Amino acid sequence: MDLPQNVPPVVPTETDVVIIGAGPVGLFAVFELGLLDIKCHLIDILDKIGGQCAELYPEKPIYDIPGLPVVTGQELTDRLLEQIKPFNPTFHLNERVDELTKQADGRFVLKTDVGREFLCKVVVIGAGGGSFTPKRPPLEGIEAYEGSSVHYSVRRMDDFRGKDVLIVGGGDSALDWTLSLQPIAQSLTLLHRRDDFRAAPHSVEKMRELVAAGQMRLMIGQMTSMDGCEGKLEGVTIKTKEGEERIAINAVLPFFGLTMKLGPIANWGLNLEENLIPVDTEKFETSERGIFAIGDINTYPGKLKLILSGFHEAALMAQQAHRYIYPDKKLLFQYTTSSSNLQKKLGVK
Amino acid sequence: MAKITFIQPDGTSQIVEATVGQTVMEVAKLANVPGIEAECGGACACATCHVYVAEGWRDKSGAPSEMEEDMLDFAFDVREESRLGCQIKVTEDLDGLVVQVPAKQF
Ligand SMILES: Cc1cc2nc3c(=O)[nH]c(=O)nc-3n(C[C@H](O)[C@H](O)[C@H](O)COP(=O)(O)OP(=O)(O)OC[C@H]3O[C@@H](n4cnc5c(N)ncnc54)[C@H](O)[C@@H]3O)c2cc1C
Ligand code: FES
Repeated sequence: MDLPQNVPPVVPTETDVVIIGAGPVGLFAVFELGLLDIKCHLIDILDKIGGQCAELYPEKPIYDIPGLPVVTGQELTDRLLEQIKPFNPTFHLNERVDELTKQADGRFVLKTDVGREFLCKVVVIGAGGGSFTPKRPPLEGIEAYEGSSVHYSVRRMDDFRGKDVLIVGGGDSALDWTLSLQPIAQSLTLLHRRDDFRAAPHSVEKMRELVAAGQMRLMIGQMTSMDGCEGKLEGVTIKTKEGEERIAINAVLPFFGLTMKLGPIANWGLNLEENLIPVDTEKFETSERGIFAIGDINTYPGKLKLILSGFHEAALMAQQAHRYIYPDKKLLFQYTTSSSNLQKKLGVK
Repeated sequence: MAKITFIQPDGTSQIVEATVGQTVMEVAKLANVPGIEAECGGACACATCHVYVAEGWRDKSGAPSEMEEDMLDFAFDVREESRLGCQIKVTEDLDGLVVQVPAKQF
């Protein structure tokens, strides 16, 4: 029998707490846990820190953060990062937590989609509206081609070598991949609904040069249907101002932004109510001891999906997490203003 | 007050009383008009409040701003008459407005 080769053994990363989701609430949890000497790793499927604030509205103003009359989504993220810096959390981005199980010794094992494992005493789910996932164009039968011909990201450029590639969208992802894949694709078509692009001007300019040189095609229109055979895409029909046109295509990369889907959390055996995790309002703990849920992902009577509420939840959660992680230590209530002990942790003393 | 008519893809329609100052998305959500999802709550950040403004109302309801055009890139089956419901403010002038709900939001 052949044994698999070159598969490194998985050594789990051990830590006190794993926080699932690096949104504003997960970030503030690092602060509250840090004050209690608890170390955190954060995992997020996004390629950036900040959850909804950074992904959906980085430049839009928020007016209801106490003490900050106006702050943009990105500024709030940056401020939180500055605030938690003394606690030196470890971030794992572009990674989705797929599995969460409890060991016999009461600790938790988390597995991510890239095969990494974590072993921790407490899990904090700060997953907001769920994992950010690419929006799927609502075309009939598109599911059949997903994974084989329709891709929402480029894992390996070589998969597109020699293919008739269609890239759809007008932002940076669409334009960047157009420029990267054009040299290796058999043919490349960029499709966008208007002749105006959100992407960086210099990449738009480069794309237009390629079009002018006859090395790729730009179409202004929208996809209306796909055709193919046995999961293999053969063509895409595109509606333009001039009418409908079918082009021969065997690889499509649609870039229509991201949306939030609950995702793997549904499979962890936790109680769920309409895709939210019910918690108590004393510790914000789930039906499973040692697993907490804070921020947009949880529900309880009177819940408001506000960043402010998530911050409060993080503070109370941390108290209970401390009891699990340091069962023998007594918690002394302290203010950051007056406690030299807390100030030392914050690096200000 | 203004009356707004929402037409569904199957042709059924619903007339809703709107208050000046509300957005078309808010009017639809308050009246539970199907097909308007508005995931981002009106922040022009999700494009799931996409509507088509009926003939004859396009001048009065105005053209999308640049931010709205950018967001429309994330909607499905975008047409000349496409708008985001959260970006149309109800005015006295829009009394009688007719909008069509698309067959699919993304
Ligand atoms: C346009 C807009 C405007 C808003 N304005 C305001 C406002 O003015 N005031 C206010 O208080 N709130 C506002 N909100 C709401 C606010 O953004 C949310 O309440 C807040 O982001 C919730 O934070 P969170 O940390 O709980 O979750 P999120 O910010 O949703 O972050 C959760 C993160 O978890 C990740 N995740 C989920 N599951 C997994 C998994 N299995 N593996 C890895 N990662 C995972 C997700 O990818 C995501 O990045 C607004 C929201 C939007 C969309
Ligand atoms: S409600 Fe999200 S864009 Fe209008």
